[in-house]
Amino acid sequence: MTVTTFKPDSVTQAADAVRWALSEGTPLDVAGSGSKRGLGRPIQTACTLDLSGLSGVVAYEAEELVLTARAGTPMAEILPMLAERRQQLAFEPQDLGPLLGQPEGQGTLGGVISCGLAGPRRISAGSARDHTLGIEGVNGRGDLYKGGGKVVKNVTGYDVPKLMAGSFGTLTVLTELTVKVLPAPEDVRTLLLAGREDAAAVAALTAALQSPYDVSGAAHLPAAVAARSHVRPVVAVGGAVTLVRVEGFGPSVTARVAALKEELGADAVLDREESRAVWKEVRDVAFFCPHTPTLVCPHPNPPPLGGGGDHSPSPASAGEGRGGGQDTRHVWKISVQPSEGPRVAESIRWALDAELYFDWGGGLIWAAVAPTPDSATAIRGALGTAGHATLVRAPEDVRSAAEVFQPLPDPVMALSRRVKESFDPCGILNPGRMYAGV
Amino acid sequence: MRMPAPDDGVIARRREIIAALRAIVPGEGVIADESELRAYECDGLTAYRQLPMVVVLPSTVEQVSRVLRTCKAMGVKVVPRGAGTSLSGGALPLADGVLLGMGKFNRILDIDFANRCVVTQPGVTNLGISTAVAHEGFYYAPDPSSQIACTIGGNIAENSGGVHCLKYGLTTNNVLGLEMVLMDGTILRLGGKHLDAGGYDLMGVVTGSEGLLGVVTEVTVRILRKPATARAVLIGFPTSEQGGDCVAAIIAAGIIPGGMEMMDKPAIHAAEDFVHAGYPLDVEALLIVELDGPAAEVDHLIDQVAEIARSKGCCYSRVSTSEEERLSFWAGRKAAFPAVGRISPDYYCMDGTIPRKALPLVLHRMQEMSDRYALRVANVFHAGDGNLHPLILYDANKPGELERAEAFGNDILRLCVEVGGVLTGEHGVGVEKRDLMTDQFDEVDLDQQQRIKCAFDPDGLLNPGKVFPKLHRCAELGRVHIHKGELRFPDIPRF
Repeated sequence: MTVTTFKPDSVTQAADAVRWALSEGTPLDVAGSGSKRGLGRPIQTACTLDLSGLSGVVAYEAEELVLTARAGTPMAEILPMLAERRQQLAFEPQDLGPLLGQPEGQGTLGGVISCGLAGPRRISAGSARDHTLGIEGVNGRGDLYKGGGKVVKNVTGYDVPKLMAGSFGTLTVLTELTVKVLPAPEDVRTLLLAGREDAAAVAALTAALQSPYDVSGAAHLPAAVAARSHVRPVVAVGGAVTLVRVEGFGPSVTARVAALKEELGADAVLDREESRAVWKEVRDVAFFCPHTPTLVCPHPNPPPLGGGGDHSPSPASAGEGRGGGQDTRHVWKISVQPSEGPRVAESIRWALDAELYFDWGGGLIWAAVAPTPDSATAIRGALGTAGHATLVRAPEDVRSAAEVFQPLPDPVMALSRRVKESFDPCGILNPGRMYAGV
Repeated sequence: MRMPAPDDGVIARRREIIAALRAIVPGEGVIADESELRAYECDGLTAYRQLPMVVVLPSTVEQVSRVLRTCKAMGVKVVPRGAGTSLSGGALPLADGVLLGMGKFNRILDIDFANRCVVTQPGVTNLGISTAVAHEGFYYAPDPSSQIACTIGGNIAENSGGVHCLKYGLTTNNVLGLEMVLMDGTILRLGGKHLDAGGYDLMGVVTGSEGLLGVVTEVTVRILRKPATARAVLIGFPTSEQGGDCVAAIIAAGIIPGGMEMMDKPAIHAAEDFVHAGYPLDVEALLIVELDGPAAEVDHLIDQVAEIARSKGCCYSRVSTSEEERLSFWAGRKAAFPAVGRISPDYYCMDGTIPRKALPLVLHRMQEMSDRYALRVANVFHAGDGNLHPLILYDANKPGELERAEAFGNDILRLCVEVGGVLTGEHGVGVEKRDLMTDQFDEVDLDQQQRIKCAFDPDGLLNPGKVFPKLHRCAELGRVHIHKGELRFPDIPRF
């Protein structure tokens, strides 16, 4: 239970708070805006270190492709700034706030990088770690240090910034980050394939990703999930929907869409706005959001395309675990080799009451499962040894009892503990957030 | 540059150590004869040479594990080596150390087009991977200029780049999985054919660790479909400022070319004299911009690039109209190093990265240094990502010139850091830039990096003397200094 919250407004103060915690032997709950506090293992600390006061873009040089910002800078400030110069964070950072029952657009840059959250473009542009160039922060010894650099190409010393991405604040209190920024695509279209079974859909996605047409999104929504979309042409299919995204310069998009449509036998092409809307849903796992004003399930039997004209969303048809429009199911993120996606999905469906969809060409499965005590065992059993599964949403008591992150093989776990100690020898930074003792 | 003083106690036990290695790797896998050891005395940084105590060439991961475990037990240092093409001395042997050659790990294990990846042993060459998947129209993207010879294991150690890495990333952005052995013999697997490793991104910190954290025994890399087409435009400018402005304007227009290279006048002349690529000789800066991708995209963008170049005052512009012409544009650039080798008995290749906007300043200051040191310099520049390769021309047979060239090079790298850049963009720190690390990082930064080293190799036996200018004992680095109740800023807002 948190008693005290430190909210430093300078790096020196942040370092001082860590030194104080170290001297008191008091662990800190290290947080940005706290929008993703529901992600990871719950931790009990007497003190919170709230970094939202360390906010602001320090330098943004579009032509140099780098942006440096203090860790607590809201994404809501950074993204429009990039958009104004027609740039973006190419890893397509997820906004998991709504999935975790928080408002949209609350996250900070430090939080996005610390949680390593990348969206559909992960398959072509890489993850958060691939765009983290430099960091400054306070380690668990209270030392302010820096790692990496502020240029796009750098191999000087160990790549400490990579280690920070996805470390959930357990290694260092990040105070400043330098990230790579890239041109935003001028245009986007999405090919839609209707009514494919999982295996056939993943085969189509594989063909798309093997083509020379630079596909930047490859997802498959089985019928039940597609029905939860609020993008009309997706819902209108009334069955499973397979999506292939093409982005870039206008003439290039046109040519590639034409070629892919032919090769894949696509049924429809989503326009720019529809594309943006559906990929945002895929990115933020909107289909499993507990309740948001915009995300309401469509009619169970949607009207055919062009019919109706009713733009207002209809009330949710409460499914299993969605009593009163509240989706309380546990949500898992499962990363596997793409060709194994359909098999793993089938095993999960066989073992559990699960609804799921595929991203990353079949290599990422998002699954919403009805709460049962043994779901972690079933999911990880379906996975086997290749890949990893993370329990992204579940009540606190469940996340306390289950392994939220994929259990690591003994030698990797032992090394991870030593790496943790090398940054935070007394275990005062988010202890136990990822693994017990880490 | 000094290496750690050899341990006479270890050298005195040489026979015993060789016998222990022979018990693990039989036959010709252990090399102890001086004439044969000679082949391993240096890597691509030939100015530094040292005979290793013994060379061991294991062929299985179990052998690697036993060799490392045995060396740890005997307190013997180990230097891992791939093809030995490092330009920073990363594989420079130690007089009291075992050189661990990974050349026998030369098989590709699995080509998986469905998952768009290749699983390979680390001794396979970079180009070997691309060649193995070329029949299906795929390739491995990072393309360091030594790609015919350098190995993928060495690429992991150095986080190698290449001409195309602005668009396609460095090694670290193209690796999916690793199997590696720690100094205590522990075998680990990180990542795999799926995306993202569970837990900490240990693969991220191992990539580019210059052989100081572990020995890689298996690699999974992603492969990409070859771009359908590629075209290049050759652009000349009356000043390097205009060349730099053009690069910035191309990127500001949202274009990330497959390759974007700049050469200065001395480099242009050397290259043209050597390969007769048809370069204009009356320009101060020459830019090669290559666009790759679907034909519709390339055709659309090449006109835009030519238009941007005109608006930035180019005095020469030629768009390739055939594959032969495109390759001829590159012929000069690719031959730039040997071309400089023709006009000077020796040259020293530097590798700093700068924010691109600092290019005119850096070139200007470099010219002043060139005058001061009385040594010529030619520049080739990965312009898109700001990675500068100044080539310092010198004659090693003239007393004092090598030292002057090194001092000149160090000044250039300090300048890179001063303008906001870094010491090395793709060649690594190794022994070459080791003593400059304190110009980029302060002691706290370096201590944290060395503590990571301690987590992997607490006795500091793996490739010591590289990367870090000062070696600390892990016990000393591990001490925690706590000042009880100290809070210099008791006014931190709290709630």
